[in-house]
Amino acid sequence: MSAYLLQQLLNGLMLGSLYALVAIGFSLIYSILRLINFAHGDLLMVGAFAALAAAALGGPWWAVVAIVVASGALAGIAVERVAIRPLRGMPQVTGFIATLAVSVAIENLALILFTGQPRTFPVPELLRGQLELGPVRATRVDLVIILSTWLLLLVLLVVVRWSRFGRAMRALADNLLAARLVGVDVDRTILFAFALGSAFAAYAGLLWGARFGQVDPLMGFAPGLKAFVACVLGGVGSLAGAVLGGYLLGLAEVLFVGLLPPAYSGLRDAFVFAALILLLLFLPNGLLGRPEEERA
Amino acid sequence: MRGAAAHLLLALALAALVALVQRALSPYAVTLLSLVLMQVALAVSLQVTNGLTGLFSLGHPAFMTVGAYVSAILTYPVRRKGFMMPDLPPVLAESEWALVPAVLVAALAAALLALVVGLSVLRLKGHYLAVATLGLIIVVRTLVNNLDGYTRGGLGLSGVPRLTDPWTVYAFVVLVWYLCWRIKHSSYGRAMMAMRENELAARSTGVDVLALQLFAFVFGAAVAGAAGALTVHLVSVVTPGAYGIPLAFTLVVMVVIGGQGSLTGAALAAVLVALASEALRPLEESLELYGLSQALVAVALLLMLRFRPQGLFGSREPGLLVGGSNLGGSSSACPSPARTTPRAVSAGTAPSTPDAPRS
Repeated sequence: MSAYLLQQLLNGLMLGSLYALVAIGFSLIYSILRLINFAHGDLLMVGAFAALAAAALGGPWWAVVAIVVASGALAGIAVERVAIRPLRGMPQVTGFIATLAVSVAIENLALILFTGQPRTFPVPELLRGQLELGPVRATRVDLVIILSTWLLLLVLLVVVRWSRFGRAMRALADNLLAARLVGVDVDRTILFAFALGSAFAAYAGLLWGARFGQVDPLMGFAPGLKAFVACVLGGVGSLAGAVLGGYLLGLAEVLFVGLLPPAYSGLRDAFVFAALILLLLFLPNGLLGRPEEERA
Repeated sequence: MRGAAAHLLLALALAALVALVQRALSPYAVTLLSLVLMQVALAVSLQVTNGLTGLFSLGHPAFMTVGAYVSAILTYPVRRKGFMMPDLPPVLAESEWALVPAVLVAALAAALLALVVGLSVLRLKGHYLAVATLGLIIVVRTLVNNLDGYTRGGLGLSGVPRLTDPWTVYAFVVLVWYLCWRIKHSSYGRAMMAMRENELAARSTGVDVLALQLFAFVFGAAVAGAAGALTVHLVSVVTPGAYGIPLAFTLVVMVVIGGQGSLTGAALAAVLVALASEALRPLEESLELYGLSQALVAVALLLMLRFRPQGLFGSREPGLLVGGSNLGGSSSACPSPARTTPRAVSAGTAPSTPDAPRS
C-alpha cells in the first residue's frame, strides 16, 4: 500500500472518529425515543464555543475538557427539559419539528451572541506538532482524536453494558412501556441519555475546533446531518452501528476526495447525501440494524 | 354554492389588493406583496405534502432551486448564453423559451426529482424523509455550485429576463389554492387525512398509502419548482444558496402554525410570518442582531407546539369557504377515520375521478 493511501486512511480514521462521537449520541436518543434530534449537531457547536470560552479563561487542558463536557451535558439536559419532555406522547412528527426549532433557535442565538464571523480556535501547545509514523505523518491532534475516541467508546460500552443507567437505557430502547411497568425511572433515564449523548457531541466540537482551526455558529449543522447518515449506514438505533457507520462514512468521504481528481472534491457533500438516498433504497436497515417491527 | 361564492369574492378581493398596491404604493411594496403571495403558494402546497399526509418533507427549497435554474437557463437570452453558460448543449444554447413552457418544464423537472427521491425514501417509515430532503437541499446546492458551465456556480445567474409581474404571481396563487382545495376535498384528500390519523387503519380499508404519499410529495415538488421558476423571473437573479434550510424551516413553521391540514391556516400563517420577519428586519439591522427574527420564530413555534399543537385552525377551513353542504357540519372538513365513507378510502387503489365539487 502506498504511503499516500495510508495517509488517506489515517485522515479517514480521524474524520470517522469525529462522526462516530456525534453519531453515538444521535443513536442513543433515537433508540430510546425514536426521535431524530436535529439539534444534536448544534451541540457540537456549543462544545466548540465552550472550549473557546474556557481557553480564554486560561485553565489547564483537563479543566477545558471538563468545562466542554459539562456544558454539553447541561445543554442536552436543557433541550430535553424545554422541548422534548413537554411534547412526549404527541405524534412523532411533532418531535422532529420541535428539535428542528431548537436547532434554529440555538444557531440563531449563537449568531446573535458571536456573529457569523468564523473565529480562530487557539490550538493549545499540547496539540501542536507532527509525528512521523513510518511513511505517514500524523499531527498530534489526529492521534488525540483517534485515541480519545476509542477510550470514550470503551467507557460508553462499560456504561451501557454494566451500569444501572445503561441497563435502564437498554430496557427503554427495547420497550418503553414495559420498562416503566417494571419500575425504570423513564424521565431520568431519558434525561441521562440526552446528557450523555450531548456531552459526546460537545467533546467532538472541541476536537473539531482543534483539528480544523476555526469555529462558527453554523459549524454543527453539516456534521450533525452526516452523523445521521452514519447512523443509517450502520443501522439506525444500533450503537455499534453508529460507530461503524461513522468510521465508514469518514473513510468514504476522505477517499472520495483523495482518490478522485480534484475537480470532484467540491462535490463531497453531494456525494454523502446522495449516498444516503441510495442507501435508503438498497439497504434501509443499515449494516447492523434490524428491521423495525410494526406496532399497531 | 355559498362556498364557491365566498372563494370568488376572496379572489376578487385579492385582485383588488394587488391592483391597489400596484397603483398606490412603492415598487418595494409591490415586490413585497409578490413575495408574500409566493410564500402563501408555497405554504399551501406544503400543507398538501406535509399537513394532509403527516409526512415531514423539508425539500421545497431544493425543488425551488431546481425550478429556478431550469427556467432561468431555458429563457436566458441566446446572445449571452455562450458567455454565461459555455457548457450548454447546442439545442439549449440556441433556443430561448417563453415563460409558460419554461415554468412547466421547471415544475416537471422538480417533480421528476421528487419522484426519484420519493420512490427511494417513502417506502420507509416517516422519519427518513425529513433528513433525506434536508440532504437533498445540500445535494442540489452543491451540484449547482459545481456545474458552473451551466449555472455560473457560486456567482449565481443574474440578468434572467423579468417575465413575471404581480399578476402572474396572483394567477399562480389562485391556481395553487384551487388545486390544493380540490385535492383536500376530494376522496384522495380524505384518504390522506385518514392515513395521517392512523396508517394501519387506513391501509386496512384499502388506502394505497405509498401511492398517496408519493402523489402528495411529487405534487408539492411541482408547485415548488414552478414557484422557484416564477420567482427567478420576478427578481431576475438566483444563487445556489438562495433557497436553503432557513426557508425550509420557515415553511414548516407556517404549516404548523396554520394547523396541520388547514389551507386557510397555512395561507394566514404565511402572511403573518412573512410580514413579521419583514417588519423585524430593520430592527435586526439597527441593533446588529442578525438572526433575531429566526430565533423568535423558532421560539414561537416551540410555544405553539406546546400550548396549541393543533395550530390556528386544526385541520379545518373556515365555514364560509366550505359552504353549507359540507359533510357533517359547517366548519369541520376533517374526517376522523371512522367517518370516512368506504368510497372515499378506496379511491387510493381505484383511481376514480375526484368527487364532484362540494360547494
